[in-house]
Amino acid sequence: MPLDVDLHLISPEIILSAGLMLILLVDLFLEDKRRWLGGLLSAVTLLGATAALLSLLPRLLDGPGGSTFGQMYVLDNFAFLFKLLFLVAGFVVVLISANYLNDGVRSTQGEFYFLLLASILGMMLMPSARDMLMLFVALELVSAPGFIVAGFRKRDPRSNEAAIKFFLFGVLSTSIMLFGMSLIYGLTGATGLTDIAAGLAGKGDDPVAFAAILFIIAGFGFKISAVPFHFWAPDTYEGAPVPVAAFLAVSSKAAGFAGLLQLMFVAFPAQANSWAPGLAILSALTMTVGNVLALAQTNIVRLLAYSSIAQAGYMLLPFGVVAGQGPEVMQNAFAASLTYILVYAFMNLGAFAVVIAVGRSKPANLISDYDGLGHRDPRLAVPLLFFLLALAGIPPLSGFWAKFFVFGSAADAGTTWLAAVMVINSVIGLYYYLSVGARMFLRAPPEGETGRFSVPPLVMASIVMMVIAVIAVGVYPELINHFSPNSTLVASP
Amino acid sequence: MEALDTWMLTLVVGLPALGAIVISLMPKERVQEIKGLSLIFSGAAMIFSFVALMRFDFDNAKAFQFYVSKTWIKTINSNYTMGVDGIALPMIVLTTVLTFLCVIYSLKSIPKPGRPKAFFALILLLETGMAGTFTSLDLVLFFVFWELVLVPMFFLIAVWGSERKEYSAVKFFLYTLFGSVFMLLAFLAMYFRSVGPDGGHTFDMLLLRGQNFGSDAFMNLIFLGLFLGFAIKVPMWPFHTWLPDAHGDAPTVGSVLLAGIMLKMGTYGFIRIALPILPDTAHTWAPWIGGLAVISILYGALNCLAQRDIKRLIAFSSVGHMGFVMLGIATLTPIGINAAIFGMVAHGVITGMLFFLAGSVYERYHTRDIPTIGGGMMHKMPRMGSLLSYAAIASLGLPGLAGFWGEIMALLAAFNPAPGLSNSLFRTYMVLGGVGTILAAGYLLWLVQRVNLGSVPEQWAKEPLDDVRPTEWAAWAPLLVAIVGLGVYPRAVFDMTDGAVNALARVFG
Repeated sequence: MPLDVDLHLISPEIILSAGLMLILLVDLFLEDKRRWLGGLLSAVTLLGATAALLSLLPRLLDGPGGSTFGQMYVLDNFAFLFKLLFLVAGFVVVLISANYLNDGVRSTQGEFYFLLLASILGMMLMPSARDMLMLFVALELVSAPGFIVAGFRKRDPRSNEAAIKFFLFGVLSTSIMLFGMSLIYGLTGATGLTDIAAGLAGKGDDPVAFAAILFIIAGFGFKISAVPFHFWAPDTYEGAPVPVAAFLAVSSKAAGFAGLLQLMFVAFPAQANSWAPGLAILSALTMTVGNVLALAQTNIVRLLAYSSIAQAGYMLLPFGVVAGQGPEVMQNAFAASLTYILVYAFMNLGAFAVVIAVGRSKPANLISDYDGLGHRDPRLAVPLLFFLLALAGIPPLSGFWAKFFVFGSAADAGTTWLAAVMVINSVIGLYYYLSVGARMFLRAPPEGETGRFSVPPLVMASIVMMVIAVIAVGVYPELINHFSPNSTLVASP
Repeated sequence: MEALDTWMLTLVVGLPALGAIVISLMPKERVQEIKGLSLIFSGAAMIFSFVALMRFDFDNAKAFQFYVSKTWIKTINSNYTMGVDGIALPMIVLTTVLTFLCVIYSLKSIPKPGRPKAFFALILLLETGMAGTFTSLDLVLFFVFWELVLVPMFFLIAVWGSERKEYSAVKFFLYTLFGSVFMLLAFLAMYFRSVGPDGGHTFDMLLLRGQNFGSDAFMNLIFLGLFLGFAIKVPMWPFHTWLPDAHGDAPTVGSVLLAGIMLKMGTYGFIRIALPILPDTAHTWAPWIGGLAVISILYGALNCLAQRDIKRLIAFSSVGHMGFVMLGIATLTPIGINAAIFGMVAHGVITGMLFFLAGSVYERYHTRDIPTIGGGMMHKMPRMGSLLSYAAIASLGLPGLAGFWGEIMALLAAFNPAPGLSNSLFRTYMVLGGVGTILAAGYLLWLVQRVNLGSVPEQWAKEPLDDVRPTEWAAWAPLLVAIVGLGVYPRAVFDMTDGAVNALARVFG
């Protein structure tokens, strides 16, 4: 029997694999001063993969997409959206990394791009994988290169610490998750997500299934930095190169959510009554702990780290409201989470891009470095204000709609207490986002510091793109809704 | 003309925002051009609001005119829907006129640290938010405009304010956001339990009327969410604590716009959204709202008596005056709601004027402390002094001036509230509100006595303080005329509101 593989369907992944191997190969023959070519090659690879992905769009618009490897690998609009997100976010990360690497770790930057693309490849597999084992492999492919790039400032002990913490937490949670997966396999004898759902259908309150799901949540909880699996995040973000922090906070987190969404809504819908209340508590804890700890930060990267923990709490909220609800609420909850992840990615990348731009002259990344930025360099301060207000969820910026849909899922399900927790958290969040904004425009710059920062054109370009995205989606949210987040994935929960 | 009618409101709401964008693209050195552009854009918005006023069909004031509805966010059936009836129209005119006057006033006096470009751009952005709130007929659109005012006002207070400006600005932002997010939740809860024309859900304020959103307990929760959002904005006691700080530390035009227009967004929300969409629940809670309104009246007045800071005094007087507005609304009668809208306009004009005066007095004396000013302003600046007396007397509700009608009619309405509301309770409110007017007369006359009368303290005797300047006359003259105009001819407002209010109050019997 000839192996029937739909090559067009996996062409983005093929291009990505070819590109990352090419980079590793080419890098061998480059002198140090030419090593930036790796960045160029990564950008081209990512653009090529994006083009290949877009060429698949007609198939989605006409029909349900497609699958290959015997239903293990699926392209539907859910997978398409996530892949597009990973490619675009990866492209922006390459843009904001280029100067940072060339100045900091010139001789090893080829490896960096190789690892980055490998991690993105793992992400590309994630939303398409409809098999538990494949999900696991994808998750590992996302994480393992991440451990290495987090420690990429090899001579800086904080970077080493970042990598080691990340690695230890990662390995521990992966093993717990793997244990959960093995229990699921024992219960159902299946690894395909729909087969698992069929096998678990009658076992709404089976304690073993409940324990297994709990273990799996723990594994993904690490990936999305949900409380109490978040301890690695602030230290890792702070110690890792800032572009890596951006990558972990955006792409890696989104990948975790892609996996979690599939498992919860496709494989375990029958158990929603047991996992939803747990995730509701997890969500409330995550947003509260993230926001409250963010208040005390003095380092801007740590602030963004805690903010991204809090944001993960908002993304988790819709998971928490689906207990005992019908398909419509399930759909809405799924779409709300998805929308939040997409919107979050771009406002957060924008904020990190500004931090990288400022960090070139102020490597300590203190929040007080932003005093008077509005007077010194409005090119950076005004966009950062937009990103912060978007993260706080103030209309008419994109972040508002993310919050809007999440609130909507809570209102739809009538989960009042969780909505109230989120309201209070939104106010706390606004406080620290606003205090950074206030510093930039109300304080005077430090003595003797005047004039603009030198901002590399690539970083500036990313900032401008993100500002446009944040405002455009804010004014006309149909831009993201147009893709109909009502994914076929949760057609019949 | 038809195209103009369709896009009239879009022009009124959009022109200021367009102006803000144009100004933010100008180089900041070109101050004269920036000022000119601000005048042009806010003036154009005002002129279009006048055109709307002239083309408004007064015989059909209950209908939404200049109606426009375009698809905006299809997935949630939220549309760009705008229209004005007799209730919204006075608010629109008030908004555009007050903002234009603020722009005129700011031509010559932008507080420290200057920066006219950002200052004018923010004022114009604020105008768009306020005007949009009063014209939106879609809950999502309403909310976006509602929140749009927060950021410009935050920066107006935080950058151009005085004393503890950063604290006050943050408090203002957080407090109002807290309320408005609950309001958003209430909007969403209504949405998901509504039935639209195509079988889906709807955010359309008019379609939401008369719908059933579930059990009484759930309706109460929805009402609570709306109440928190609106009551914090009004602000009603005990949600008022952000107001004295924000007012005290805001720059002059910030205070004028905050008191003159932004507070009305809260009361407008009650009239436009809470009452028509949830009439039964509103009826249930009306006695409680009336009670809070009366507490606001008395609490505001008593606080005024204790203030040394002239701006904080006027801020607390706003709490009291908005209490009368809320009392009028709580009676759920046509008279009461008419009184509320009249009170909103009158308070906008009078308190706007008072804050202008307070700002100008501060500019001369560099203090807002009443004992330090020490009296004698009638000798030192006779015109300024007379204007202060005039505005203060209007504020205390002297018949013949604008402040009178809103208060007296609110009290009258409380004598005879809507069927089903306790007569004796509301009559008690009426008596207590009456006590409030006496206290108001007390603190305002005392203010006039302490600032205007007596001899000039030595400290100021040699200071050359100049009297009312030409730009100040230009900014104030319309308000001075309006105060007496509305006082002797209140029908100017009632002709607009009456039809719409009667249609609204019909559900309450």
